[in-house]
Amino acid sequence: MEIKKGFNVTFYLLIIPVLIWLITLIVIPHGELFISSFLVEDDLGEMVFSLGNYIEFFSHQIYWMTFVKTAIYAIGVTVLAFIVTFPIAFYLTKVASRKNASFLMLLLLVPLWVGELVTVYGWMVLLGDHGIINHFLIGVGIIDEPINMLYTNFSMVIGLLYMSMLFMVLPVMSALESMDDSLIEAACDLGASKWVIFTRIVIPYAMPGIVSGAIIVFMLVIGDYLAPNLLGGKNSLWFTEQIYNEFLSTFNWNEGAAFGFLLLILSSSIIWVALKLSGQKLEKVGS
Amino acid sequence: MNNILAIKNLSKHFDDFTAVKNVDFAVEEGGFFSILGSSGSGKTTLLRIIAGFQQESAGDVLIRGQSMKGIPPEKRPVNIVFQNLALFPMMNVRENVSFGLKRQKLNNADIKSKVNEMLERVGLNGFDNKKVTDLSGGQRQRVAIARSLVMNPSILLLDEPLGALDRKLREHMKVELKLLQKEIGTTFVYITHDQSEALVMSDKVAVMHEGEFEQIDTPHNLYKNPQTAFVAGFVGDTNRFQLQSKEGGVIMTKGGWKLSSCNLDITPEALFIRPEALIINPAANVAGIDQFEVTIKTILFDGSNTKLSTLVHGSREELLISLPQNAQFEGIVEGNTLNVGVHRDDVKCF
Repeated sequence: MEIKKGFNVTFYLLIIPVLIWLITLIVIPHGELFISSFLVEDDLGEMVFSLGNYIEFFSHQIYWMTFVKTAIYAIGVTVLAFIVTFPIAFYLTKVASRKNASFLMLLLLVPLWVGELVTVYGWMVLLGDHGIINHFLIGVGIIDEPINMLYTNFSMVIGLLYMSMLFMVLPVMSALESMDDSLIEAACDLGASKWVIFTRIVIPYAMPGIVSGAIIVFMLVIGDYLAPNLLGGKNSLWFTEQIYNEFLSTFNWNEGAAFGFLLLILSSSIIWVALKLSGQKLEKVGS
Repeated sequence: MNNILAIKNLSKHFDDFTAVKNVDFAVEEGGFFSILGSSGSGKTTLLRIIAGFQQESAGDVLIRGQSMKGIPPEKRPVNIVFQNLALFPMMNVRENVSFGLKRQKLNNADIKSKVNEMLERVGLNGFDNKKVTDLSGGQRQRVAIARSLVMNPSILLLDEPLGALDRKLREHMKVELKLLQKEIGTTFVYITHDQSEALVMSDKVAVMHEGEFEQIDTPHNLYKNPQTAFVAGFVGDTNRFQLQSKEGGVIMTKGGWKLSSCNLDITPEALFIRPEALIINPAANVAGIDQFEVTIKTILFDGSNTKLSTLVHGSREELLISLPQNAQFEGIVEGNTLNVGVHRDDVKCF
């Protein structure tokens, strides 16, 4: 009885910081935003309850076009992140020697150390009209005029991919690490081609890692502001920019709050659909 | 008899050591061939070379007389049951067993009937839709064997497949595997470190030690007539004595035990006597029997495997003697002095 009581006190002491964190940084601001997203200024300058902010969103094509584009591109970047990083994760866990793997892992982590802003500027230096790549291509004589790469969807996707890749590699690696190599050998022994081994054995085995990586990447990308803004330029039409504009350019916080909630609903429902389609459970993916 | 598998002077070198040294053997069609060795003896490397997962450094593997040089694992007429079974966890029993057949592009009806037949054979009908992770150890075992056998391989390679099972189940699976092999007639090449598995199941056993085959023989001969000191010491329980000298027909162990019987003319280094070869209270004047007295130090009771730990009179040598659990020896207690005999042929010297 005494022990149990003591345990309870410790338990509450440990949970308090988490609760404070959750309540002050997540519950209260979101509640506040949720309420203000339903408030509209009437003719007398008073705040009244209304669905006006949401109606505003649906009545302007530019808003929901941006919304749809953001969703499609975020899904696209997530898929790309998987395609680009899966071979890397496979190589690091199954092919490379232990010593090489830890060195290569370090290289993968480097972009994370310098921060997103610096890597984004790095890409600007590389991709600009007078950037390194164009300079090189003109220098070797492949092209005469610089290729317009910066401030396009292409450069935006590159930037988003680069900053989110690592979050796909790590969960996939940890899923692959627990896979016994003899599964691959057994499939090979039973006559499976490399393609079949990858699609029927390796990828299904790594599925919980892939899905959890995909959720993180998707969330990071859909909520990212820097890469779309700096690399995508004026035409990037990323939904976070619309939210930013409502808050800081037009000072319509209520509209901004509504946009914020729409983004939350969008990302949550896409993840829900993705979980259903891949047959994974959130609890399993999270562990 | 046809040799389905022939290994010709096979060697495998890694950077700094040789895993398989000049191994040469043949396996008869329909046989149950075991390779028995402790861990690190090179037996798994040998099996992986036969399966094609590793390349031989020298020598050749012939299956039905055809060289396997340069033929990848998926093209070889062999299938392997892995040590940890390597069942595909994301698939159910039926999907696991039909995986290989689907790769052969057979039509669905054929696959279905083959898989049904195989599941029936290994006693898993009705388990089709079970996840392999929900099966017991023995059932998983059967799925792994069914998955390989359904491919109808010329040779089935088994890499210590019973290693992960508990003792009771292992004893059971031993018998089951042997019966299954007899019934379907596929050639089995079985790797194990457990001599009881090798002796019970096999037609022929090869004892492997430090990359070399010490002896290839029937289980009976391996036990009764070991050809090298390693085999004598490795297969079955035995008493081992270092020898000091040999004068005339009398040999003396390091511990000062004199025996007149030894089956070799050469000057041996070590002497082996199996615990069950020792006869308690032998009849007097039987030809070819050495008699001596021992004192019982402890009785190591283990049911039918009970042994006496004894001290040989006039020496410092300890001797393990099997004690049959029958009424004849009921009265034996610690401290007793026993008269013990051993037949000349049962004393093995190397």
